[in-house]
Amino acid sequence: MTDLLRQAWTVARKDLLLEFRTRTALVSALVFTALVLTVFNFGRDPTAVATIDLAPTILWVTFTFAAMLALNRAFQLELENQALEGLLVSPLSRTSLYWGKLLANLVFVALVEAVGLPLFVLFFDVPVGRVLLPLVGVIALATIGFVAVGTLFSALVIRTRFAELLLVVLLLPFLVPPLIGAVQVTARLLGGRPLSEAAGWFRLLAAYDIGFVALATLLFPFTVDE
Amino acid sequence: MLSAEGLRHAFGTGGGRVVALDNVSFSLEAGQTLAIFGPNGAGKTTLLKVLAGLIRPDAGRATVAGGRGAIGWIGHQSHLYGHLTVRENLLFWAALYAVPATIRATRADATLRQLGIADRAEQAVWSLSRGLAQRAAIAKALIHDPPVLLLDEPFTGLDLAAAAEFRALLARLQGAGRVVVLATHDVGEGVELATDVAFQRRGRFVHFAPRGARGPAQIADEYRRAVGEGEADD
Amino acid sequence: MSLAQTGRRITLLGLVLLAGVYVRALAFTPLERFQGPAQKIFYLHVPAAWSAMLAMGLVGLCSILYLIVKDARFDRFAAASAEVGTTFSLVMLTTGPIWAKPIWGTWWTWDARLTLTLFLFFLFIGYLLLRGAVVEPGLRARYSAVLGICGLVLLPFIHLSVYLFRTLHPQPIVLKPSAPSLPGSMLVTLLVSFAVFTLLYVGFVTQRYALGLLREAQGKEHA
Repeated sequence: MTDLLRQAWTVARKDLLLEFRTRTALVSALVFTALVLTVFNFGRDPTAVATIDLAPTILWVTFTFAAMLALNRAFQLELENQALEGLLVSPLSRTSLYWGKLLANLVFVALVEAVGLPLFVLFFDVPVGRVLLPLVGVIALATIGFVAVGTLFSALVIRTRFAELLLVVLLLPFLVPPLIGAVQVTARLLGGRPLSEAAGWFRLLAAYDIGFVALATLLFPFTVDE
Repeated sequence: MLSAEGLRHAFGTGGGRVVALDNVSFSLEAGQTLAIFGPNGAGKTTLLKVLAGLIRPDAGRATVAGGRGAIGWIGHQSHLYGHLTVRENLLFWAALYAVPATIRATRADATLRQLGIADRAEQAVWSLSRGLAQRAAIAKALIHDPPVLLLDEPFTGLDLAAAAEFRALLARLQGAGRVVVLATHDVGEGVELATDVAFQRRGRFVHFAPRGARGPAQIADEYRRAVGEGEADD
Repeated sequence: MSLAQTGRRITLLGLVLLAGVYVRALAFTPLERFQGPAQKIFYLHVPAAWSAMLAMGLVGLCSILYLIVKDARFDRFAAASAEVGTTFSLVMLTTGPIWAKPIWGTWWTWDARLTLTLFLFFLFIGYLLLRGAVVEPGLRARYSAVLGICGLVLLPFIHLSVYLFRTLHPQPIVLKPSAPSLPGSMLVTLLVSFAVFTLLYVGFVTQRYALGLLREAQGKEHA
């Protein structure tokens, strides 16, 4: 087990090192997030609908789009560097490869969210102070769900023609349960409602995460082995 | 140390079906170097990929003592990350191949010296010339001191001097506990290094024997007769 | 009798019986008290949704079996089932609004069944798009199988999400026609309709499967 994790970390570390060397994907994702939040601001009528009603949706749509940008890089990177074959020839277990990529993707998306959330609070003047901890918790739960399925699917589309587009089309139905859960919980948190009201949604998010991380781990070898 | 039993593999279906491996069986012991000659499309790469565990054959089995960790692979792809330095690449692969952390750095340095690129260790791979990048790729294949070497058309793109250097390196590496399998379409390369010779045509071994006393010219002759001149299988 | 012929015969039988169901539903089944004649589309709408679910279930099952056994027949069946499922979903998604408009005054509603079928439709389309995008047959079969299994596992989560959503956001009063206590003759019509749609499913899939076999033998890819 520790070997598995250690190898996963080796892969993740290499991905993150490469990402920080080039920085293009990260910076693009950050700029994209800021832009989307800005557009949302101009796309609404502040007199008609209270910000607090729209806020969860705005936050989560932004995070979803940003996550999608991040997902393609994972395996595209290997293909571009002609390294995927090398990874498969090595004793690296397929599970470690998946977890390594998952981990790198999670760190990447977490960074984008860490910048996106304060921007969101700033642009929309939303009070998150008291509920920051559970809010971060929900963000983490939902993100794990998106990224787990997204990492698996990104391996499916690497050799196809419109990889980025196909990834989005395949992934969106799978993003709906965590998205709904995240929006519902966020709405309750921002609305000052007691956490217990959102208990069902939390359970949904957790079940989704466990279910799909397990399923993706199980299915991943089929996407890379011949 | 390395064996193949009844390997069969085909790609595609119906009218587009291509047989890449057709009942290939052989085994190699430590110290043997097998050179497989065959035209493009004969199935050489497929055979190597099956030996490396990259492809699961439709039928038959391939076994390499020590599993994937015992194999050093040199093929068409560089397996190097452009934006990492040569040393960073080597350290990464060394970690994946379970080279103990304490000796990783020394092993990397030693391999770089062996390939004559120690002075380029801190250079990013994308900035290396083709020849140097190729040497870095070879360094990656050797970083874990593998007992089995699988080489798929390793002379591609090497000029005469580089090819001679590579041949010299192989001569140093082979023998004494190593198994080398070298696949190429050019009979001129690597014949002298081989202890055993095989001709592959349309997925089959139409010849498999120790090289014995045969010289390059003789082998080339036999190859031409067995396989035909210059035609590809695909 | 070849597979294609068998398929055609079953489909033909199914279509004839479907006409029979129509007749029975329109002429021989009593009118529902609150919804009137428009309610009768329910006898087509619900079984179509069921067939789409069946199609998805079989795509998922065949995907699992394919990954275990690597038999190309499972892959072919899954592909055929996905195409048929797309059709049935589309039928359901178009009859839904046609029924909803007179009953609820709106073309679309996010009720559980319509929502689930919409997701089924998206999953099927995604599945077919993936198949279209991957050229090599072995790779295509494996990738589709992975997607198929994920799709199957997603369904309970969609169902759960919709359920949770609706208990918190009740829709305006709707008369859901899936009341368990359906009077005798309505129940019979419904059950017969289920059987007919299942028969149609079998017929269509058989034909599509046979077509897939034919195209493969000719070396052409099938989606």
